[in-house]
Amino acid sequence: MPGMKQSGRRIYDWFEQRLQVEGPIKDAVLHKVPRNTASWWYVFGSAAFTLLMLQIVTGILLALVYVPSAAEAWNSLNILNHQVPLGWFLRAVHAWGSNFMVAVVFIHMAQVFLFGAYKFPRELTWTVGVFLLLMTLGMAFTGQVLRFDQDAYWGLGIGVFILSRVPWMGGGLVHLLLGGPTIAGATLSRFFALHVFVIPGTLLFLALVHVWMVIKLGINEWPMPGRLVRKSTYIAEYNQLTHEDGIPFVPGAFWKDLIFSAAVLAAVGVCAAVFGPAGPGGQPDPSITQTVPKPDFPFLWIYAVLSYLPPSMETPFILIAPILMIAGLLAVPFVASEGEKSWHRRPVAVLALASVAVGWGVFTHLAMNTPWSPHMGAWSGDTLPLEYLREATPLVRQGAVIFQAKQCRNCHSIGGHGGERGPALDAVATRMTPDQMRYKVVTGGGNMPAYGKNLSPPEIEALVSFLETLHPKGEPPAFDASQQAAQSNPAPGGSNTP
Amino acid sequence: MSEESNGPNKSSTGPEIDKASDREGPAVVSRRWLLLKAGVALNGLVGLALAVPVVRYLLAPVRKDSSYKSWVSLGDADGFPVGETRLVSFKNPWTQPWDGQTDNVAAYVRREGASQFTVFAINCAHLGCPVRWFPQSQLFMCPCHGGVYYADGSRASGPPERGLFTYDYKIVGEQLQIDAGQMPSLSNSAKLVNISSPAKTSGNDGDCGCRG
Ligand code: FES
Repeated sequence: MPGMKQSGRRIYDWFEQRLQVEGPIKDAVLHKVPRNTASWWYVFGSAAFTLLMLQIVTGILLALVYVPSAAEAWNSLNILNHQVPLGWFLRAVHAWGSNFMVAVVFIHMAQVFLFGAYKFPRELTWTVGVFLLLMTLGMAFTGQVLRFDQDAYWGLGIGVFILSRVPWMGGGLVHLLLGGPTIAGATLSRFFALHVFVIPGTLLFLALVHVWMVIKLGINEWPMPGRLVRKSTYIAEYNQLTHEDGIPFVPGAFWKDLIFSAAVLAAVGVCAAVFGPAGPGGQPDPSITQTVPKPDFPFLWIYAVLSYLPPSMETPFILIAPILMIAGLLAVPFVASEGEKSWHRRPVAVLALASVAVGWGVFTHLAMNTPWSPHMGAWSGDTLPLEYLREATPLVRQGAVIFQAKQCRNCHSIGGHGGERGPALDAVATRMTPDQMRYKVVTGGGNMPAYGKNLSPPEIEALVSFLETLHPKGEPPAFDASQQAAQSNPAPGGSNTP
Repeated sequence: MSEESNGPNKSSTGPEIDKASDREGPAVVSRRWLLLKAGVALNGLVGLALAVPVVRYLLAPVRKDSSYKSWVSLGDADGFPVGETRLVSFKNPWTQPWDGQTDNVAAYVRREGASQFTVFAINCAHLGCPVRWFPQSQLFMCPCHGGVYYADGSRASGPPERGLFTYDYKIVGEQLQIDAGQMPSLSNSAKLVNISSPAKTSGNDGDCGCRG
């Protein structure tokens, strides 16, 4: 075997003489990093990069079959799912890879923020990172469009409506986004170009710049309370630290990166195998109104925020908030480029991160249940609990039918079924007197439409008499105290008696 | 080829470059810089010249709304009973052969009188989701964020800031025609209706999403 080893060496040398990459690679691989950065906390950046590679590979594989045409995209995805052997698995890996990538990029960012790693001299690394985050989200959104089902179509529609609110240029921007006046063939073609060429190209380039800076500036040392960053002294201190207590990046820190990346890839694979691909949902025919569009996971929180905004705030919020958020992220390293890195001494930073995380979690959770959306099929599909009707008079039963037939159930639940837009009505009689109910039904108010024009007086009577029966056993219905008082001791002259 | 090109071993040529420029004197060097600048300028000029058609090409879809729209027939006007609201779909007048199903557009036609119609876009005035008509309760409900509209298109509740968008219509012969071709949105109906008293807000006094 020595002969083979020798000829292998010769081939290596032949290439090395021409490529001359051994030196730079050795420098990058063996450069010293502070010993305590070889931590499981420092593995998210490399995992994000691994996921990017996975997305590129699986994306190319999907592009072998996918047809980027509005007329064919949806069919080609179904063929991938059902006819191409393991096409479903590749779609699932790509979709789950995307979810994981968004999640890992956010976790990476949170960790960098918490560890003060964006401070001098790594401000630009953070700035580039912010753009990497935006590109990752851009990939997630354009990827959702390429799925070209009903969610994709109406998700784009939401994009159109957001852009259309830009003063002056709104209309032009919409045309530019769609490639025409409506969501159609031209739209999918341009989103394909964005998803496959423009954004990934930029993403890859920026990711390499990001990694380059990480190698050149060194990995952020473990933050110690009281060890302050000063522009005048930091570089010397860092060099001293790596000199005195440094270990070569490979293998000292890199083995953890490798193991974590492998674990993440395995998790993507398992999720893909267990949960399968994402859609495609219904076909992208905008004349089908029987649809409940919902954005993909990374954008659920926006969906929730848009549901809760008061109408008057809507346009200013939609237009200004994203700019403020991005500007805020970009400003972080310039506002706090020096000083304390340790989270023990940065209560504001910790609090800010915690509130962002909690807010995101709450909104995402809400968007998974969409309590604000009417249940479009509740009126025709949900059953009434039997005990609510057991001893009901014909009038009450008629009221129950009206309650269903007039779609009240779409927004109000009874017995745990129905919409959650309005309050559940199981105990409504304990909260409102019949008069109050009548008034509310007729005039509406708050989030309740006025039904005055849509219900005849007898229908309203029937409905209210049904609602009157809705109170728990042993809990009496609400009553109008003044009326009762007037009835039990009529005023002299009897002017108060009805 | 200039002498700056990398030899097999960069570091050994370093001193030679210095020597060479020493030998040639500042005049020669500054002439080279001038030529370099000329090269950069030339590239900038050509780039600019090429950028003009590129920008024009990119902006091609940006047009006046009116140039995208035309009158589309929704069928016989008498097919719509008075006092009712019906879902219709039509082919988008502005299409490409590869649009597939996306060129199906839907609208709600409400006939108020013999020649009195209101044609609503199905797009919610909030963020464009397709609203559904419920004839029993005479309401349009939006599946996305819970916007609700009355039968006349005015806002009943939820996040929308205004009533439903409407299309311009006319009766030609027996046919009901609408001026369509553009996805209705706030940009082509910039007027927002004041919604302080929701019940009184009319969806029909704002410019329609589809008017030019
Ligand atoms: S899109 Fe209809 S309520 Fe938001």
